[in-house]
Amino acid sequence: MTNTETMYQTDVLIEEQGFDDHFHEHHHGDKYQTNFITHYVFSMDHKVIARQFLITGMIWAIIGAAMSVVFRLQLGFPEESLTWLKPLLGKWIVVSDGVGKLAPEFYYALVTMHGTILVFFVLTAGLSGTFSNLLIPLQVGARDMASPFLNMLSYWFFFLAGCIMFYSLFLNTGPFSGGWTAYPPLSALPQASSGSGSGMTLWLVSLTLFVVSVLLGGINYITTVLNLRTKGMSLFRMPLTIWAFFVTAILGLLSFPVLASGFFMLIFDRSLGTSFFLSEIFIGGQALDRVGGSPILYQHLFWFLGHPEVYIIILPAMGIVSEVLSVHARKPIFGYRAMVFSILAIAFLSFIVWAHHMFMSGVNPFISNFFVLFTLIIAVPSAVKVFNWITTLYGGNIRLNTAMLFAIGFISMFISGGLTGIFLGNSAIDITMHDTYFVVAHFHIVMGVAAFFGMFAGIYHWYPKMYGRFMNETLGKIHFWGTMIGAYLIFWPMHYIGMAGVPRRYYSFDTFDAFKHFDTLNKFITVAAIIVFFVQLLFVLNFFYSIWKGRKMTTQNPYGATTLEWSTPIEPIHGNWPGKIPAVHRWAYDYNKDEREYIPQYVPLKDGEEGDH
Amino acid sequence: MMVVEQVRLESNNNSRINPQLFSLWMGMASIVMLFGALTSAYIVKQGAGNWLDFKVPSVFYISTAIIISSSVSLHLARNAYRAGKEQNFKFLVLTTLVLGLAFLVCQYFGWMSLFNSGVDLKTNPAGSFFYLITWMHAAHIVGGVGALLATTINAYTLKFKVTELRKNRVEMVLHYWHFIDVLWIYLLIFLIYLK
Repeated sequence: MTNTETMYQTDVLIEEQGFDDHFHEHHHGDKYQTNFITHYVFSMDHKVIARQFLITGMIWAIIGAAMSVVFRLQLGFPEESLTWLKPLLGKWIVVSDGVGKLAPEFYYALVTMHGTILVFFVLTAGLSGTFSNLLIPLQVGARDMASPFLNMLSYWFFFLAGCIMFYSLFLNTGPFSGGWTAYPPLSALPQASSGSGSGMTLWLVSLTLFVVSVLLGGINYITTVLNLRTKGMSLFRMPLTIWAFFVTAILGLLSFPVLASGFFMLIFDRSLGTSFFLSEIFIGGQALDRVGGSPILYQHLFWFLGHPEVYIIILPAMGIVSEVLSVHARKPIFGYRAMVFSILAIAFLSFIVWAHHMFMSGVNPFISNFFVLFTLIIAVPSAVKVFNWITTLYGGNIRLNTAMLFAIGFISMFISGGLTGIFLGNSAIDITMHDTYFVVAHFHIVMGVAAFFGMFAGIYHWYPKMYGRFMNETLGKIHFWGTMIGAYLIFWPMHYIGMAGVPRRYYSFDTFDAFKHFDTLNKFITVAAIIVFFVQLLFVLNFFYSIWKGRKMTTQNPYGATTLEWSTPIEPIHGNWPGKIPAVHRWAYDYNKDEREYIPQYVPLKDGEEGDH
Repeated sequence: MMVVEQVRLESNNNSRINPQLFSLWMGMASIVMLFGALTSAYIVKQGAGNWLDFKVPSVFYISTAIIISSSVSLHLARNAYRAGKEQNFKFLVLTTLVLGLAFLVCQYFGWMSLFNSGVDLKTNPAGSFFYLITWMHAAHIVGGVGALLATTINAYTLKFKVTELRKNRVEMVLHYWHFIDVLWIYLLIFLIYLK
């Protein structure tokens, strides 16, 4: 069957079988897309908003990664002069006797900002914001989000949050420097450190706006999935991407308000003199009169968001990987329902494990037992997912393109990082492991690198849907192998350093004899980090080059995928489908069935054929 | 043709509930989590000791009566709108708006009364929590009053018509207002019994 025939059939099928919502008969829907400002800037079209989230996220990723390169230079080469960074960092490079040193307080600011930026701006907004926006309406068969206006606001609240955070980088006293978790008292007392003043104030304002953005986005995603599915799109016919985005949005909706409550109390402590989180503190030899509060209380509120947050980051990546694996292995996803139920199980468990971040901060050890138990139970649904991904690959007709490579790389990262999670989930082992590089290695692999791999898989896979062109495959493969090998070279050695007890977040180890002999390993990690950073710039280059010069998409459904986004015209239009909305007759994974290579969801069932699985 | 029609009826409109109203409920779920977090933090902090015991000023009972009556009047306003009774609708919406503002004024007197009895924001976490929780609730009332203001302005300036769109808007304001009303009752009972 030639491609033109397929295209013709797609359109005919949608016209014959589709559902007519009379969308194009009244044109009020197009009014807001008439000029440059409303089309590209204050757009209410989910496809444009998705790209806004993506590009903003990419800018933040570059900033956040560049910060890590700077503090890695300090860790790997503490003796070398950093004077050459003075034009960029100004007074934060202290030059004495011709040797430029990174100011210790700025080192902490860099570590803090790296965490904040990557966790919230890149892996929450950049990942879930991009793909939920792009794929939810396209894959459930909707014209747009339930509320395009709130969707637009969601992006602009994120943008504003970003502007404020960016501004805080240039404060005279520096941005906040007390760690991305912003524990009091460093976050609660403006006089506690140089970044605790205006830096922290802006941090709080920025993240409060960010919470608003997440809530507005999440409300939209949930409503769209539950209310705007096309005819025949039952919940158990939805692609796993949609399941993942849907559950992610629920997690965000339920956990971010709790963080907000912690922020409000922090703001009260900072500005109104209350003592929610403060008790018996001395600053500069002076006892403060702020008594009666508890810093642990903040940690509970923070991690009640903080733990679901890591699943807010990883679930979209899991959904994307499930979809990409199935499409490029030309096989139905193995154990579709098990995949859905494991997403739900992970989401549920994520709310009752938060104290495993606090085993060593003074939580009752008996209560810790429950958190250990539930934490280790998360390994079960996670293992189900890993098993199903590998089984999906088994015997598949695999296309090793860049998207597929990143999806497979995700599985590798998720296994490596997940296994060390089982170590850390035990409160007894955590006594020696907490706050070491072992923890750094664990969470970077399992939710940093793995989530990035899911994001890259998604970008390479859906790039034609976003820009009508393909990204360069050769550059993509260099990007993949550079990142895959590089990420392991960076984080694998950190496990050993951490097991030897080297604490994280330290500016320098020269005064500790026990940690001195890791200097070669630290140099090695730094060199690897710099190389990986430049490999990412290759991706950025590829991304922007391909927007204008990439190979054009000439067919509607270049991968032979079954989901609805590939039934829309090559040139994206407002409302997604030119005529009727396609009606759905089957699940999203009919590959190699009845001697047909793939059967899209909008193809009606034959007699006696089953549409559900 | 019959078959096609049937399928359509079954599933094209899986929105048994209006998407906007549904979104509002999602928003309410997040507000529930916000106050859930604040009240749990209250319980945790209280368990840790150093807790001041004080009596909730009786002005707050008056404000409770006011907000309950405002819910009743808004509900009647919704019914009047659906029944197409223009004058009743206008009057009842305005009444609700006034009651909503009265609630805020009453809360202010409640806070002043508490402050004058010696419980301030800073001295003890018990007081800090009381102010924080009631202020956060008042902030949500301010949002509701904004919605009521818009409804009232529309009621008095637009030509009276019963349309699906407007019915839906009235419904959303009603749901939100009932929600923050029930939320207040929960918070008051919580603050009285867990003092």
